[in-house]
Amino acid sequence: MTATLDVTPFADLAAQSLESGPAGAAREAAFARFAAVGIPTSKDEEWRFTPVRHLGSTRYVAPAASPRLTESDIAPYLVGTPEYRVIVVDGRVDVGLSRLGSAGGLRVAALSGAGATGATSITCAGDSATITTTPFAALNAALWTDGAALHVADGTTIDTPIEILHLATAAASNAVVTPRTVLCVGAGARATVVESFVSLTSEPYFTNTACEIVMEEGAWLEHARIQRESLAATHIGLTTVHQATESHYRSFTLALGAKVSRHNLHAHLDAPNVESLLYGLYIGRGEQLLDNHTAIFHDHPDCNSWEVYKGVLADKSHGVFNGKVIVQPAAQKTDAKQTNRNLLLSDTAKVDTKPQLEIFADDVKCTHGATVGKLNEQQRFYLRTRGIAGREAELMLITAFVAEVLAEITHPGVREVCDGLVRAEIDALVG
Amino acid sequence: MALLEIKNLHATADGAEILKGITLSIDAGQVHAIMGPNGSGKSTLAQVLAGHPAYQVTSGSVTFGGEDLLDMEAEERAHAGVFLAFQYPVEIPGVTNAYFLRASYNAVRKARGLEELDPMEFLDLLEERLKIVEWGPEIMERAVNFGFSGGEKKRNEILQMAVLEPRLAVLDETDSGLDIDALRIVAKGVNALRRPDSATLLVTHYQRLLDYIVPDQVHVLAGGRIVKSGGKELALELEARGYEWLANGAEGK
Repeated sequence: MTATLDVTPFADLAAQSLESGPAGAAREAAFARFAAVGIPTSKDEEWRFTPVRHLGSTRYVAPAASPRLTESDIAPYLVGTPEYRVIVVDGRVDVGLSRLGSAGGLRVAALSGAGATGATSITCAGDSATITTTPFAALNAALWTDGAALHVADGTTIDTPIEILHLATAAASNAVVTPRTVLCVGAGARATVVESFVSLTSEPYFTNTACEIVMEEGAWLEHARIQRESLAATHIGLTTVHQATESHYRSFTLALGAKVSRHNLHAHLDAPNVESLLYGLYIGRGEQLLDNHTAIFHDHPDCNSWEVYKGVLADKSHGVFNGKVIVQPAAQKTDAKQTNRNLLLSDTAKVDTKPQLEIFADDVKCTHGATVGKLNEQQRFYLRTRGIAGREAELMLITAFVAEVLAEITHPGVREVCDGLVRAEIDALVG
Repeated sequence: MALLEIKNLHATADGAEILKGITLSIDAGQVHAIMGPNGSGKSTLAQVLAGHPAYQVTSGSVTFGGEDLLDMEAEERAHAGVFLAFQYPVEIPGVTNAYFLRASYNAVRKARGLEELDPMEFLDLLEERLKIVEWGPEIMERAVNFGFSGGEKKRNEILQMAVLEPRLAVLDETDSGLDIDALRIVAKGVNALRRPDSATLLVTHYQRLLDYIVPDQVHVLAGGRIVKSGGKELALELEARGYEWLANGAEGK
């Protein structure tokens, strides 16, 4: 039996959102679910290493009215110059700063319908981030305020990355920020989406986000998720992906920020001949906790999943990786490979890594490997004999460690930006 | 004055004494070869000269260009012009050869108070040095030694040496695992890099390399000591007679 904490801090918020938002019954059911499950404690195996106790003892509020942001406030956080972008401030789409609309097979809208001129409701999502997936998915379903909705029509190729930028402002102090994202990629469509989370405040707040992705037959999606919230923030997110046959999903999850962060990425390979590639990097310093839980559901034959997550942990930071791969009896000829590698830069940094392969089919190729280590002494000596020592050598070796994952980002512009963010982070933690 | 002066050098690893009193002097412009059976301490000597932290020098001295070499960190030795070509070059996935070579070259330049080269300037230098090992520019985009064949790794060591132009090059079994073509290229490279103000110490098990790089002196190491020194003809004698007659002599002492 799972021990739980009191959820009353959220009850008032749930009541408020019932009054204000649509889909009242669904919200009510979602909150009932959250209340029943409660805030997990370390006795819950899924939350063993990730302390969220503070969520049960903080009086969270809804964000106050957000300040008016301008182009120059958001410019530093944009990856490129997107034709379409959704700027989500404290969980609400800023219609003025966003570039919404529909053209050439692409529709970009606010989930709330804000700023809509015609019928823009995007309803392809199969309610995939269901309220039973995680306790916080239920809380998100109860409290969600707004977010990005994207639809790429069948056969449409979108070359320029579409950006979804979440900003938390000072209006969010001790607030729960609850955005939701829906991405629908039609049959044979191709797109690149960058989803970023940043802070414009150093006050504590709690982001609880959910992202639903539905990919039709032969769809191709590159999804970069960049979490760099302030070190006072708590960030919990769930991404679920449902993939039809011949579709190709590739994610790059970069976790740099937040005091405590947890991202669940669940890939459902719902048909034969699906490919899912999950790449991740987490870089921690101070007392940060960075948790990545992935789950890949192989329910059908002839699917491939390939997963590489790497962590760099300095100071007293703590990394958590849990990788589930569930191969059902029908999923013959599954080819699944999972790798988690961790680099500890101090004696007080730590990582808990747990591969969890559950294989019920007999004709499959499934491998996993997890490593935890320090900088390689042989490499360090080799560099020293070439005159490269100290900080410079450390930077070179850490950068080399993360390079393999960064190289998997296919969009050059996105790769360059992520590369820059990672380099700056490494530069800061090597000191 | 000798460029490298080793006097009564003793060194241990994990408490076991491996070098038991090495005395050796190499003048600028010379090539010396250290030969000997496996386990004689050849590679340890090379590693000690490069400053490997796994070895402790318990007594003796090493001066290089008049400076106390043992007092320097490994990187300071590199800055001073000591180069070790590794017996087993280390792979560094994720770092390109181009980046690594420039970082190394600039680290040495910086330590000497010289201006660092930008990527374009360095490329010019590199193009010329690549010729020494008969390589095209494509090698520069590969990760350092990663996925290299044994021969390519050794060639890459010589390329690094060509870029750094050391005053003392210590080549640790650079000939091992090379086919005849790779051996020729490596030897040609080493010969091309010889200068009147620099010296080379070849550590090798076989005489074969010495057909291509002719030494001024040959020393036989056995049981952590130099048991015999001579001219290049000593290598031929070793090839014919093996090491046993000398090694037994060392044990007898």
